[in-house]
Amino acid sequence: MRVLKSNSLLALVNSYISDSPQPVNLSYAWNFGSLLAICLGTQIVTGVLLAMHYTPSVDLAFISVEHIMRDVNYGWMIRYIHANVASFFFIFVYLHIARGLYYGSYKAPRIMPWSIGVIILVLMMAIAFLGYVLPYGQMSLWGATVITNMLSAIPWIGTDFTQFIWGGFSVNNATLNRFFSLHYLLPFVLAALAAMHMLTLHTHGSSNPEGISANPDKAPMHPYYIFKDLITIFLFFIALATLVMYAPNLLGHSDNYIPANPMQTPPSIVPEWYLLPFYAILRSIPNKLLGVVGMLGALLILLAMPLLDDGRGRGDVHRPASRVAFWVFVGIFFLLMFLGSQHAEEPYITVGAVATAAYFLWFVMLLPIIGMMENSSFDGTNAPASSQAV
Amino acid sequence: MLSQAFPRLVSRAARVSPIGKARFSSQSSPSVPFLASKTAIGTSTLLAAGSLAWYNHLYGTSSLLPEASANSAAENGMHPTTWPFEHYGPFETFNHASIRRGYQVYREVCSACHSLDRIAWRNLVGVSHTVDEAKAMAEEVEYTDGPNDEGEMFQRPGKLADYMPAPYPNEEAARAGNGGGLPPDLSLIVKARHGNADYIYSLLTGYCDPPAGVKLAEGMNYNPYFPGGGIAMARVLFDGLVEYDDGTPATSSQMAKDVTVFLNWAAEPEHDQRKKMGLQALMILSTLTAISLYVKRFKWSYLKTRKIVYDPPKPARHGPL
Repeated sequence: MRVLKSNSLLALVNSYISDSPQPVNLSYAWNFGSLLAICLGTQIVTGVLLAMHYTPSVDLAFISVEHIMRDVNYGWMIRYIHANVASFFFIFVYLHIARGLYYGSYKAPRIMPWSIGVIILVLMMAIAFLGYVLPYGQMSLWGATVITNMLSAIPWIGTDFTQFIWGGFSVNNATLNRFFSLHYLLPFVLAALAAMHMLTLHTHGSSNPEGISANPDKAPMHPYYIFKDLITIFLFFIALATLVMYAPNLLGHSDNYIPANPMQTPPSIVPEWYLLPFYAILRSIPNKLLGVVGMLGALLILLAMPLLDDGRGRGDVHRPASRVAFWVFVGIFFLLMFLGSQHAEEPYITVGAVATAAYFLWFVMLLPIIGMMENSSFDGTNAPASSQAV
Repeated sequence: MLSQAFPRLVSRAARVSPIGKARFSSQSSPSVPFLASKTAIGTSTLLAAGSLAWYNHLYGTSSLLPEASANSAAENGMHPTTWPFEHYGPFETFNHASIRRGYQVYREVCSACHSLDRIAWRNLVGVSHTVDEAKAMAEEVEYTDGPNDEGEMFQRPGKLADYMPAPYPNEEAARAGNGGGLPPDLSLIVKARHGNADYIYSLLTGYCDPPAGVKLAEGMNYNPYFPGGGIAMARVLFDGLVEYDDGTPATSSQMAKDVTVFLNWAAEPEHDQRKKMGLQALMILSTLTAISLYVKRFKWSYLKTRKIVYDPPKPARHGPL
């Protein structure tokens, strides 16, 4: 027997990425999983290298990052890759989730991988936020101040809890140190969750665009999907190289090249682009506590997808109404992203409130109603002739 | 829809084609309406991307992806023009003669108030000056070193490893010397301002009289590019302020351009190498992409050229009753 199958460890590798049977009809929308694995690997490798030269101290953090950029061999490349892969990580995770929404990947029997995936998304945002604080520029400090202040909305213990997180009475040296510690730790938790994501997926394997069982026609991961994934990995590297080498600061904010100054608030505080939709929801709700709850709820409501979509079919390929609803959701998402980037003034405040309401109504009203309509029309057209005559 | 998903099942005319000629699903199906065809999707994508790129080229900003900003337009200051800097192209390096002239402008004009903390004399070597020139310039500055064997601090001439001297010992001294305003460190100024090099050049050349109705605070100057309009720094660049070694006429716009290029280099010293490596990376990666496309097509040809035949049970020999 080949060692790939007889060795107990290699047998696992074999069963996950070599012999693993995959539906033959997967489209390129199923390529984001491997891209995300590449992103996680890149972030861990470049992050470990950066940590070798970084100093988590309010006096030295900014200088040590500039030391990496100027004096460390290819340090600029390592840092720019780390900063830009963070953006690609979110691009791919949003596309991965969109694939899951469109093709009904959240439905049984894959509720577990979907739920773990939502937790991964929340954790990813936390890690990205922690990492953005580390260079300790103006946007790092003030972004950290704004985000950690949300914790003070927790009833009764809010202020005490926020000061506990800070390790002081504002964002300070202790905060920077613990953020660095957590930014190093949590990616490994994320890697463990990603392993669980794959473990739970492995039981039933990937879904497929048709939304029906692919058991009659499957092909092994290697060579078919290994080589198909390789194409998008190289395309990703092309996009990454273009950004890193020609416009490395395109997705960043210029204020973060100003050293953090607790005595001077920057004229505008905006989060990174990938947090904008949820930032817009936070701002649209006038009550502080409800705003924070709304922002978290906007992420966690994804956990309820298997309950909210009670349509009997899987995926939107054969469900025209659900397909329209999907693109409506994409529209709401991008609208919120745009609103999050704008100054809080009219008409953006009103539009933001409407878009926030639309976001939640999409989940709790539109989705269940469409499911019910689809089911009843399905029953109507497929009922036996005898019952139709009655 | 079924024909797109299972083209080989539906099309009985599916040919078992040779490996190199494996054909992909929807192209072979004549029944696809034009709006759903790959040509239509490709054309509309190209049209959308092209019109966005053209808009961006015309107006220097994207209509769909505006810069994230929580400011109103007035607070941000006037948007700087995109100036034709030589190093903007993907295949261009900095103009190093310009960096050298820009250093002269910084040294003779800007360095009276602005520090350049992240640049050491050694950084100039091979960029704008020779080793000997950089050493000579460093030696002109006295640095405090020590303590020596007796525990005393002492003065010594600068070395290549020393960083550029700052004009003020601390922030308070800088504010006291500038009417309360703090001249920012210039090491990262190009990356630290919205509009980057365009902004710096526009600011340096943009001083003018305040428009009617604009009241400035005591000691402030009007510059439409500066957020808010009132800037503590007065116009400093006037024609003939410095005398260039290479004989370039020192007009105020020439000096502004040179010092902007110098500061851009100071903010992004890796710039030239970065763009060169970018080209190398894109050549290698596009080759790898092409190879991977071929290998995928080659490996998949077995699946793509399968013929799936439905073999129904044979009808009974004796026919219907």
